[in-house]
Amino acid sequence: MSQSASPRRTALDALHRSLGATMTDFAGWDMPLRYGSERDEHNAVRTAAGLFDLSHMGEITVTGVQAADLLDHALVGNMGSIKPGRARYTMICREDGGILDDLIVYRLEADTYMVVANASNAQTVLDALVERAEGFDAEVRDDRDAYALLAVQGPHSPAILKSVTNADLDGLKYYAGLPGTVAGAPALIARTGYTGEDGFELFLAPEHAEQVWQALTAAGQEYGLVPAGLSCRDTLRLEAGMPLYGHELSTDLTPFDAGLGRVVKFEKTANEGAFVGRDALTSAAERAEQNPPRKLVGLIAEGRRVPRAGMAVVAAGGADGTVIGEVTSGAPSPTLGKPIAMAYVDAAHAEPGTKGVGVDIRGTHEPYEVVALPFYQRQK
Amino acid sequence: MSNPKELRYSKEHEWLSPAADGVSTIGITEHAANALGDVVFVELPEVGSTVTAGETCGELESTKSVSELYAPVTGEVVEANEDVVNDPSLVNSAPFEGGWLFKVRVSEEQADLMSADEYTEFSGS
Repeated sequence: MSQSASPRRTALDALHRSLGATMTDFAGWDMPLRYGSERDEHNAVRTAAGLFDLSHMGEITVTGVQAADLLDHALVGNMGSIKPGRARYTMICREDGGILDDLIVYRLEADTYMVVANASNAQTVLDALVERAEGFDAEVRDDRDAYALLAVQGPHSPAILKSVTNADLDGLKYYAGLPGTVAGAPALIARTGYTGEDGFELFLAPEHAEQVWQALTAAGQEYGLVPAGLSCRDTLRLEAGMPLYGHELSTDLTPFDAGLGRVVKFEKTANEGAFVGRDALTSAAERAEQNPPRKLVGLIAEGRRVPRAGMAVVAAGGADGTVIGEVTSGAPSPTLGKPIAMAYVDAAHAEPGTKGVGVDIRGTHEPYEVVALPFYQRQK
Repeated sequence: MSNPKELRYSKEHEWLSPAADGVSTIGITEHAANALGDVVFVELPEVGSTVTAGETCGELESTKSVSELYAPVTGEVVEANEDVVNDPSLVNSAPFEGGWLFKVRVSEEQADLMSADEYTEFSGS
């Protein structure tokens, strides 16, 4: 990735500043961390709605008669089986099975896909796709600058979005996308998100970002919509048990190590089932079956100190403090009112309900209970 | 925001009230509270313990980070604000009032405490 001295700014930069946002550097982008209280923003998304600028996410378009074959070769999922208009959560791995990134892939048309990568990995994913495209009749296009991305998330998001679009939102299923017009601007409207709530992500031209933001803000006023920053996005996804690259996912882990082996599809029709990482992932699947690695679990605090990424998890009861795992993400949970964490814990200690597991917080072993993920699931 | 004129301020963003009967009240500034974000956990020095000017004596934890609390004076802790321990959001909502942290019988002050104007210039707000 080219590292420039000054961070990149989204099309809504001036607007965020006018709203008094606290900005933060995130993967080379200057992004809104919070506008006021991040806990209020979190609670608004859980109970009403929040509006996010996610323009740092990396869009890559793959087109051509062999677009599906290329993606089946390059990614671990069965991309040819996605119906046009639908989306899928998947991963791109190295030949050795290590996770390069987790992705959402939209099949826009039969021969057109949009791959959405994490900002921190977008260049890596782009480079890998370009390299893996060799020999396929397909084009890989860097569309990072072609899109701004806004997300409206929360139980009132359908009502709010309906008031600024004629698109058929009722017919739009979870993990589906359709082209439409939002507040006069052409957009890809997707029913996806990273909060654990119902919601939409809107891919649109950067020059339309401000008018759409303002229209959603106006439409959302009566529903309690607030601008929401990356700080609450992180606590929302943590409560929803969703992994974040660089925390729960890394090149040191295969999808099976991360408890996400289900995204790997060995039964692909294209390329006679061959794909990058297949052999290593076949072994990883067997290893996970026979000799389970550490498991990704939830931890809920019995006390009030907050666990953070990188802190050691130690065995229950033992004064010796045998290390049995490591925290990957931790935060005070606004919904539970207690500190929570995700952690990789040795399988022998990973049973939900295990109490008294310790997190080493600056030398003190704070007691935690192991729970199954997610911490929070919305009522449907 | 405005920093109350009657208080003095440390470079670690604590404020110190004028002593009444030798006892000063200590808290963190609005600038510091805003920089931290929502405070969710406060650990204060124990009543009866001695704090030392310039040294850590507790911690403040917010959504994103943990910060050490520094004592701007040396002396014996005579009171800790239990309201703030029970409701840490007071630090954000009323940093100069209900969000005060602890009281110290002052035996020695930190040398380089600032006036409100000096602190406003130092912190930029």
